[in-house]
Amino acid sequence: MFDVENNRVELEKYSSVAEEHKYINNLDELSSTDSDAFLEVGVDSKSSNKSGTFIQKDSSIIHCDSTDSGVEIKNISKALEEHEWLSEYMWNSISPDKDEFTQQANDNPHEGFFIRSKEGVTVENPVQACLHIAKDGFSQNVHNIVIAEEGSTIHIIAGCSTSKHLTNGLHVGVSEFYVKKGATLKYTMVHDWGEKVNVRPRTVTHVEEGGVFISNYISLKPLGTLQMNPVTYLNGEGAIARFNSVLVASKGTHMDTGSDVHLNAKGAKAEIISRAITTGGKIIAKGKLVGKAKGIKAHLECKGLIINDGILHAIPELEASLPDIEMSHEAAVGKIDPREIEYLMARGLDEDEAISTIVRGFLNVDIEGLPDSLVEKLNKAIADTQNDMI
Amino acid sequence: MLHIEELKVEVGNKEILKNVNLHIPKGECHILFGPNGSGKTSLMMTIMGFSGYKVTHGKITFNGEDVTYMPINERAVLGIGVLFQRPPTINGLATRSLVELCARDKNVDVDYMAKQMNFENFLDRDVNHNLSGGEIKRSEILQLTAQQPDLVLLDEPESGVDLESISLLGDSINSLLQRGIKPPMGLSHKQQSESRVKSGLIITHTGHILDYVTADRGHILYNGVMQCSKNAREILKWIGQYGYEECTKCSM
Repeated sequence: MFDVENNRVELEKYSSVAEEHKYINNLDELSSTDSDAFLEVGVDSKSSNKSGTFIQKDSSIIHCDSTDSGVEIKNISKALEEHEWLSEYMWNSISPDKDEFTQQANDNPHEGFFIRSKEGVTVENPVQACLHIAKDGFSQNVHNIVIAEEGSTIHIIAGCSTSKHLTNGLHVGVSEFYVKKGATLKYTMVHDWGEKVNVRPRTVTHVEEGGVFISNYISLKPLGTLQMNPVTYLNGEGAIARFNSVLVASKGTHMDTGSDVHLNAKGAKAEIISRAITTGGKIIAKGKLVGKAKGIKAHLECKGLIINDGILHAIPELEASLPDIEMSHEAAVGKIDPREIEYLMARGLDEDEAISTIVRGFLNVDIEGLPDSLVEKLNKAIADTQNDMI
Repeated sequence: MLHIEELKVEVGNKEILKNVNLHIPKGECHILFGPNGSGKTSLMMTIMGFSGYKVTHGKITFNGEDVTYMPINERAVLGIGVLFQRPPTINGLATRSLVELCARDKNVDVDYMAKQMNFENFLDRDVNHNLSGGEIKRSEILQLTAQQPDLVLLDEPESGVDLESISLLGDSINSLLQRGIKPPMGLSHKQQSESRVKSGLIITHTGHILDYVTADRGHILYNGVMQCSKNAREILKWIGQYGYEECTKCSM
């Protein structure tokens, strides 16, 4: 269903219809298979350290609640019904005509989440959201909107996963994020798709004056193809965006990812950091910074490791149209430096231990504020990755 | 402890060590002098087993075991440790974690050890990332202190270290080699030196380290051949006075 050369997904081969899944009031009633799958992507059905949970399986919302009065969590259709004003945010940043996937999300919508942190509120614990595909050959088309109102702070952990037996599927996710004046939105996305699942997120973020948008993206497990290029507009003075990505591609995995950040206002700052490892797959890691205002600062860092074989293609881009700006990039692609391996061996580590220690360090991008359970999961996933490659 | 017999080593098809014989008995610390390019670092890398140093002849025995072709980590586990002159940076790995890895199964108080080395502010930095010459040496000593090797190979420990911290460095090398002069647990000098089990081989170009660390013997490596083996201070005086050329005449 996928042609790497042409980057084509044949939409007609996917079904946009899936059976209903029952709504679950109490997360304890989740089947262990489901709760395990959700936990893999950081959505913990048992944890009390969260401000709310949204879980969508295929096209059905199976759980949605908020335990913090400072945050509103709803499925998008319900939110649109309740808030007339929300229609102005819907398809505001992205046009349904952008490509066949946005078209698909518009024509055959399957919910998605609406999360809004209220003005001035610091939402203490993260909100967790999970989008799960259970049906083989299903095209899950969601539309998400996140609004961090003025002066609010919120962390959302969005996990995407598929059922274990699933061989094929398509995930189309249109996301529109709005970070208002002085607000902070941290969005951590953890992907654990099936080996033949194709993934097409389409994300646009607007950040107002003094707002901060932090995006963490983690994909360590095999998938079919991933193509995304989220666009962020820093429109207000002093707005900040930070992107951290950790990507691992094994044989058969094809990732084409990037981030565009437009620094449109005075003093805006952006940083894009990515770490990519291929153990036989293909990764195209892009990044583009566009500086359009005085006193902006932006840096792009893209580092890749090739273990055994695979393809890494780093494409950093800087575009500026003013003199008074500071933009830089660094990109490095290669294998593990044997000097590092031998250095650790001289301290008593065997070769495998030395390699895995170096890889763990390489992937150790500073992703702030992850809950312990997720950090544990990530460490385990990194260990699994190492086992795969040794 | 360490026996090297008729060692010949090639680096990239070029013979760097032509005939090296060396014996370091248990508890002794030896100094290795030699001009730049004489093969000092190559000898050390060969003793540790680094790739690129091909042994074409001879034998290295450590504690009775032939280690000539043994993997690096097995030599480390047997008890050989190296203080590197220019160690690589390892991104994302905190020095603290590496010190813990060096200790293997031993329990170590990393914070306490770092405090002794005046290194506590660097523990959570990536290994060797943006460290000054002296900080690198302290990081290396810290790792070796956790590792506790029986034979420590030190490659120019004083290079890049400022005068202020060189005596601290000397102290810590002495304690690594059980040569500290503060008598622990009331042991006399005689008892201490007799019970000493740690050995050392220190590469030095300038000899400054001898002001801080005591040594039992010195050797000169010149053009890949061990030339002279005598009292370390005596060798240093001769080098200072007449240069290495004169010292090589000892072997003739």
